[in-house]
Amino acid sequence: MKKLIAVLIAVMLVFGMVACAPQTPPAATNPPVTTETVPPGEPQAPDAATPDDKLIKVGIVNNPPAESGYRAANVADFEKVFTEANGYAVSTFYSLKNDEQLNAAGQFVTDGVDYLLISAAATDGWDAVLASAQEAGIKVFLFDRMLNADESLYEAAIVSDMAQEGVTAVGWLKAQNLDSYQVIHIQGAMGSDAQIGRTAALDAEFAAGTMTKVVQQTATWDEAEAKKIVEAVINSGDEFNVIYAENDGMAKGAVAALDEAGITHGVGKDVIIMGFDCNKWALRELLAGNWNYDGQCSPFQASVIDEMIKKLEAGGTITEKKVISEERGFDATTITQADIDTYGLGE
Amino acid sequence: MANAFKKFAKSQLAIPLFALLLLIVFNLIRDVGFFSLTITTNNNGNAVFSGNIISILNGASELAILAIGMTLVTASSKGQDISVGASAAIAGSVFVRVLRENQITMPIILAAFLASCVVAIIFGAFNGTLVAVFKIQPMIASLILFSAGRSIAYWINGGATPTVESPLLSYIGSFIPGIPIPTPIIIVILFGALVSLLLRFTNLGLYTQAVGINEKSARLNGINAVFIKLLSFTVLGVCAAISGSIAVSRIGLINHETILLDIEMDAILAVAIGGNALNGGKFSLTGSVIGAFVIQALTITLYAMKIPSTSIKAYKALVIIAIVVIGSPIVRKYALWLRDKLFKKPAKAKQTDENGEFAL
Repeated sequence: MKKLIAVLIAVMLVFGMVACAPQTPPAATNPPVTTETVPPGEPQAPDAATPDDKLIKVGIVNNPPAESGYRAANVADFEKVFTEANGYAVSTFYSLKNDEQLNAAGQFVTDGVDYLLISAAATDGWDAVLASAQEAGIKVFLFDRMLNADESLYEAAIVSDMAQEGVTAVGWLKAQNLDSYQVIHIQGAMGSDAQIGRTAALDAEFAAGTMTKVVQQTATWDEAEAKKIVEAVINSGDEFNVIYAENDGMAKGAVAALDEAGITHGVGKDVIIMGFDCNKWALRELLAGNWNYDGQCSPFQASVIDEMIKKLEAGGTITEKKVISEERGFDATTITQADIDTYGLGE
Repeated sequence: MANAFKKFAKSQLAIPLFALLLLIVFNLIRDVGFFSLTITTNNNGNAVFSGNIISILNGASELAILAIGMTLVTASSKGQDISVGASAAIAGSVFVRVLRENQITMPIILAAFLASCVVAIIFGAFNGTLVAVFKIQPMIASLILFSAGRSIAYWINGGATPTVESPLLSYIGSFIPGIPIPTPIIIVILFGALVSLLLRFTNLGLYTQAVGINEKSARLNGINAVFIKLLSFTVLGVCAAISGSIAVSRIGLINHETILLDIEMDAILAVAIGGNALNGGKFSLTGSVIGAFVIQALTITLYAMKIPSTSIKAYKALVIIAIVVIGSPIVRKYALWLRDKLFKKPAKAKQTDENGEFAL
């Protein structure tokens, strides 16, 4: 009996914890991003009590903002563009799991939205849902990520080209016309899209012999690990003049190691620092001249989709099936405060 | 001398020290200057020590502190807490939150640290209650926080990678002006000394062992087993808060998904390499701390050897398998048997135990 009560209380404790958790106040400093996920099959339906025919009903299926700084900016961008003031009645569903996303998308189709916007957690398994959407006359847009589905099933895909991002960054590096390129390459989690794209362009230079690989090591997006990798290179006495880190955090870790060893970095200094993601704090490092370059995989697709929907509503047609979002790269010598305010992620 | 050696070979510290020695010798053969210590001027204008020794000691700080707490939890509860990485992420997030809401001054940093301690102690006590009061397996009890912890850390700050900028923070994460040794190393020494003094001059060390060896008889002797277990989990909470705060101070930013990721496994490994029985009872904090340094030395060695990033974990695993197998009772027994056989010495283990005390 005692045991039973103990187990019951333990279960209650666990559930209590789970139930309380989402009520922790989200930070007030950020754009109002909801972190709660709706249980699968019950997407937040547009308010049915006010049958406003003028509003365009849009269902958005995305990954949760907690996934990354990129995703937080992506979700915030869609919340900024798809508003009631802009003529939309929006329902959203966030999940990292493909099956939950599929359920939600199916529910949106049943609810009869006008447009379905999808950033899929995984590329497969979407044919059936997209086909049923097409039957119901719902127009589908893909954003951020491609799907393995026939392109007749969606209107357009607005996606990032990860490889282009690496090419842009390496192109910038080559334009610096250094006498030699001795590069410390700190990689992200091996096998992730961002890592593959950001690594490919630099690997091509290593293979061509135009740049020398001092070390190429993964820190799995971990700042502290990046610092250790750079420390090891400094301790070994190898020469280097470029640090190419595949995200901002790892670049910051690398810089911490340089600072402790008394090696100067930034514009006109000993070591060139390159990062990715364009967090606002990283761009401020650029503005201060402590770093040299920051590349971005653009999370801003909402306005492009907004334009396309407005065009379709006006009776127009969309010609392009695949739109590659413009990938930006910022140079410390040309960046302005306005760039930081417009394109920086986070706060 | 021979007796001292024999005594040492049987001591709990033999294996971790042997492993450390092996790594040192290996590195010296590979590169004579591997452990050279140089003085450089850092970008803040301070003269500081640098070199691989500093990198190893400095890099192992968070792990060493967590290993101390993990040893106590292991000794008293016969199990391990796998949520320390998540707890440290939560504590670090609280640290960052308090710093971001205020102008950063030394008192505010202290307040932020105390706040993170309080939160980490609460989560530690939560695990401790499940283990001590409800008698749940420690690994299962801490599995809850292991899964939920990093999401909780996200909610505390909202953003993905909030940053905190202040030269004062670098005093904690890197160097205090005028002191050439990284502050994290000093923190480890101070904290380690504090805990060992506490265990030595109170009965807590003895009580912890007693509870771990035989809880029932400990209780019959008047030791409050529930309290001892709870205490060890709250100490681990404090350890998580210290290491979380150090990790944040090093870089000046927290990434709730990656901060001290997988460190729980390294902490458990440090306890095991330190020769501590993972099913509780007698323990040695020194062993665990040396274990932490062994793990860090191994990582730095692999980085220095420029092992390709795709295979670095596999190499690490190979070395660790070797250390753990060499340290296993079966291999030790066989080694002793082999030695006796080879040198034809009659075993006289009992007699030598009294003299030839080995002290570290």
